[in-house]
Amino acid sequence: MTRVFMKGCEAIAEAAVRAGCRFFAGYPITPQNEIPEYFARRLPEVNGTFVQGESEVASISMVYGAASAGIRAMTSSSSPGISLKSEGISYCAAARIPMVYSNISRGGPGVGAIQPAQMDYLQATKASGNGGFEMLVFAPSTVQEAVDMTYHAFDYADRDRNPVLILADGVIGAMMEPVVLPEMKSEEEVRSIQEAKRVWACVGHKLDYPNRAWIEPGHWQTSDMQRANEEAAALYKSWEKDVQVECYQTEDAQIVITAYGISARIAKSAVNLLRKEGIRAGLIRPITVHPFPYDAIASLDYSRVKAILDVEMSIPAQMLQDVQLAVKDRCPITTCLCSGGNIMGREMIIDAVKNLLK
Amino acid sequence: MEQIYARTKAIQEDKVSGFCPGCMHGLVVKLIGEVLEEMDLVDKAACCLGIGCCGLQMDYMAYDNITSPHGRACAVATGIKRTNPDSLVFTYQGDGDFASIGLAESLSAANRGENISVIFINNGIYGMTGGQMAPTTLIGMKATTAPGGRKAEEHGYPMHMCEILNQLTAPVYLERTSCNTPANVIKTKKAIRKAFQNQLDKKGFSLVEIVTSCPTNWGLDALKSLEFLEEKMFPEFPLGVFRDR
Repeated sequence: MTRVFMKGCEAIAEAAVRAGCRFFAGYPITPQNEIPEYFARRLPEVNGTFVQGESEVASISMVYGAASAGIRAMTSSSSPGISLKSEGISYCAAARIPMVYSNISRGGPGVGAIQPAQMDYLQATKASGNGGFEMLVFAPSTVQEAVDMTYHAFDYADRDRNPVLILADGVIGAMMEPVVLPEMKSEEEVRSIQEAKRVWACVGHKLDYPNRAWIEPGHWQTSDMQRANEEAAALYKSWEKDVQVECYQTEDAQIVITAYGISARIAKSAVNLLRKEGIRAGLIRPITVHPFPYDAIASLDYSRVKAILDVEMSIPAQMLQDVQLAVKDRCPITTCLCSGGNIMGREMIIDAVKNLLK
Repeated sequence: MEQIYARTKAIQEDKVSGFCPGCMHGLVVKLIGEVLEEMDLVDKAACCLGIGCCGLQMDYMAYDNITSPHGRACAVATGIKRTNPDSLVFTYQGDGDFASIGLAESLSAANRGENISVIFINNGIYGMTGGQMAPTTLIGMKATTAPGGRKAEEHGYPMHMCEILNQLTAPVYLERTSCNTPANVIKTKKAIRKAFQNQLDKKGFSLVEIVTSCPTNWGLDALKSLEFLEEKMFPEFPLGVFRDR
């Protein structure tokens, strides 16, 4: 295993190729253009296909088609583009089509700002399209984590026959860091993954094939529609086992910071500095923001924890709603927020923690 | 006794279509099934269905199909065909799907010269949603969203997809047919066959636009609908081959 120095967006794309992704369709939008650009160069080297779609709407539909044909497929965008993709994402979820997409999020709402932000938490975790479907949503705080999450996302997607979202931000996408890239799946492995999906893939089957390959993102019969929704709900419930969370220095913490993604990385550094001053601060970082690690927050010792500080690059705060659900009024919760493309400062967090102790 | 005609095996035996009496969707679907069977392509077929009445065949065709987001069938077909070039990938779309909400996907797939076949049903009206104005609705024709009839100054003119796509360099085959007479049914079947053969020959984008009737939403009976096709629709949408390379 060698370490290489890579930009977040390019590392995500390379991780996908190594996981066996052989189709990417996307549309340019800042700050994630390096992802489609990397795929455009890289996919032809592994007999894969890159298409620049005429829009985000078309690109996600191309991915829906390729993934329905049994190929490991991916798309990517940034906040306003993700909204456009929500149609196709909902179709993939409804038809139980495995695919992976990343949101290198930026300021919002509307066209927002092209600088990094965490304005899409509620969209990513609660309603990425119509119809109340759910997805595993991973939030990387380093380029290495973005690589590892992307690589494994394809396995989760195939396991569940469901879309998986990598919720990153413009900092993770643009930042260069040393990373260890995962092993490249062999052509035999990639082929066997595709072959396994041919039982349901929309690619043509013999007339006497007992299990017709009908990709159905909806049903004419209400009983069929309810059954599909019940099966999906059972899948979502099974994800309790997939919750991932990092609890950093929380054992004796008086102030617990909650933050995800790049904010959590900055908060971790603030915790280290606060600890040097003898202040007992800790951090709970959801790694899966959906399903959310409610238990990690709910099980804190509230006779010791004086307050929770929710840190987000979003105004208004969004993850705060999940934190409130977990805390259940057992201690005060305050926020430390920035938005509009401004990046969270470590000093802001340190000051906010000290204010809580005054 | 010698059997000279049988229902195509590409349609499931125990299923019935959900199409209205006098509608030509059922006829076109039958033609597609027959062509697939005659060309021995049923086991390679992947049909990308549009949204609207075309989706009514979802449960009774016997070959693989995928329901596309509204208007995106050509994009879905792109994803399947690019990754599975051995499959016979075709879209089946109505006028709202192909020429209104899907205009970007339709034009862009044609412009890229995707090696797919498009079966485009043009009946000048939105069928499933109940008679709203389509991009192909005739001037003066009433629709529930144009109760006084389509007015050029307010709604613009009917869109001619064969003619529009004929401005692009990449498409290889563009033909407009109908199913109002036995002769035209045979022509339509030949056109579908040609569109599929082009794909097998890796030639590129083929479009068969089929001008059909919608008795339910036109407010006419089946026979009057045929007259309407000849007297009103064909002058606006002339039948013929626009391109064959």
